[in-house]
Amino acid sequence: MKRYSAFAIAREAARHHTGWERAWRSPEPKKSYDAIIVGAGGHGLATAYYLGKNFGITNVAVLEKGWLGGGNTGRNTTIIRSNYLQDPSAAIYEKARDLYETLSQDLNYNVMFSPRGVIMLAQTHHEVRGYQRTAHANALQGVKTEFIGPEKVKEIVPIINIDGPRYPVLGGLWQPRGGTARHDAVAWGYARACSDMGMDIIQKCEVTGVRRIAGRVVGVETTKGSIDCNKLGIVVAGHSGVLADMAGFRLPIESLALQALVSEPIKPCMDVVVMANTVHGYMSQSDKGEMVIGGGTDGFNNYTQRGSFHHIEETVRALIETFPMISRLKMLRQWGGIVDMTGDRSPIISKTPLENCFVNCGWGTGGFKAIPGSGWAMAELMAKGYSPLANEFSTDRFKEGRFIDESVAAGVAH
Amino acid sequence: MLTLQCPYCGVMAEETELSAGGEAHLKRFGPGSSDADFETYMFMRENPKGVHFERWRHSNGCGKWFHAARCTVTLEVFGTYTAQTSTPPADLLDKIRAARPGFKWREFE
Repeated sequence: MKRYSAFAIAREAARHHTGWERAWRSPEPKKSYDAIIVGAGGHGLATAYYLGKNFGITNVAVLEKGWLGGGNTGRNTTIIRSNYLQDPSAAIYEKARDLYETLSQDLNYNVMFSPRGVIMLAQTHHEVRGYQRTAHANALQGVKTEFIGPEKVKEIVPIINIDGPRYPVLGGLWQPRGGTARHDAVAWGYARACSDMGMDIIQKCEVTGVRRIAGRVVGVETTKGSIDCNKLGIVVAGHSGVLADMAGFRLPIESLALQALVSEPIKPCMDVVVMANTVHGYMSQSDKGEMVIGGGTDGFNNYTQRGSFHHIEETVRALIETFPMISRLKMLRQWGGIVDMTGDRSPIISKTPLENCFVNCGWGTGGFKAIPGSGWAMAELMAKGYSPLANEFSTDRFKEGRFIDESVAAGVAH
Repeated sequence: MLTLQCPYCGVMAEETELSAGGEAHLKRFGPGSSDADFETYMFMRENPKGVHFERWRHSNGCGKWFHAARCTVTLEVFGTYTAQTSTPPADLLDKIRAARPGFKWREFE
């Protein structure tokens, strides 16, 4: 792989850009691999990358039924933060955020990580107390956050209306090193680095069955034939239940549609990410100038990758009260993704009833921010059978009643 | 927009008139049951990619709970039926079997 650099740009400029190579190879599957990862989204590719980088396991295939990064990795609102209340969540999300800081250098691929700051608005007294508590918890966890008053919120976000009639802004939880990254670039950067290590990323290759012998996975059936493996990692977000069914076990997962939208592009007006969890909307401005807006999930099981329009309406209606200046913006486009929700709204990185099969799912509505940390922990679990970061996220917690209850702790909006 | 006919008041209700209530016909396990049974009851869900039986409430209408059979891929609704039953009605199952060969949901095929 040729490295990307200022020198490379100059070199290619001098020869009419004839020397750029493809970022990753598209090989046909081999007969057998040490490890197969199902799902070439951010989490799957990151898992493969850290298997190679941290554990030297490079005889790896990443199978993708569609195209690389075409699921939730390409459909989220690109927010990165780690201001969680519970220790296990803070640990893995902060690990991810920390890895994002140097991911561009690490991958030699510009993921456009922009630590512009994330603010979570407190718009009820309950939220004020909740976020003060989170700020204290974060201080103990080593996550830099701060509870700020409404004047500081107004200073950071001049376009905000802090005196809204129904939900005035009473303060906010401010994480200055949170922000956004280019979501496609994260998938592409990991894919390029994986391919460079000799891993095979096989797109348009749907897994149709999991072959098992005596409680072990021996391979998978795919639309490109049968492939053997020593270890299997299932990292397929909304379709986790479908894959688990093929592998003969169940997961405490329900798949729902989550939507986002962007407005027409406008001049720079807001240089942070703002989340308003009481009214359930969040907004940032992309580098192209579009206001990127996300809201809540639909209430019913859904595999359609589109959502109900009235949820978009509710989200926008709520945000217009807090940001009156967006009221005349036109919507440019809207899309949906299938998110995998667990009972406690925290993810699953776990062993399964099959000895050499591992599952990474349940990221629900907030997986993008966790990609590097999730891949790091999943790779460690697959390579060593134990990962301190993943330990608390095993499926055993549902049986044992030790939930990582962020849905209660944070209200909403993961 | 998803529309379901409320089997009680007969209204063709739009989604905004309804509240989704999750998977139907769950067998409940309470205190004294085994950990595995309780876990299954509380957290394990069919989550099918295909026909699903689920609970809905006509919350902005007559207020009654009812059941619906709906495909999670096409959003096609096969029918709605009363809440006073612990299994889907036989005629509805026949209709689904005819429309979706190979259909499977829990013990129903």
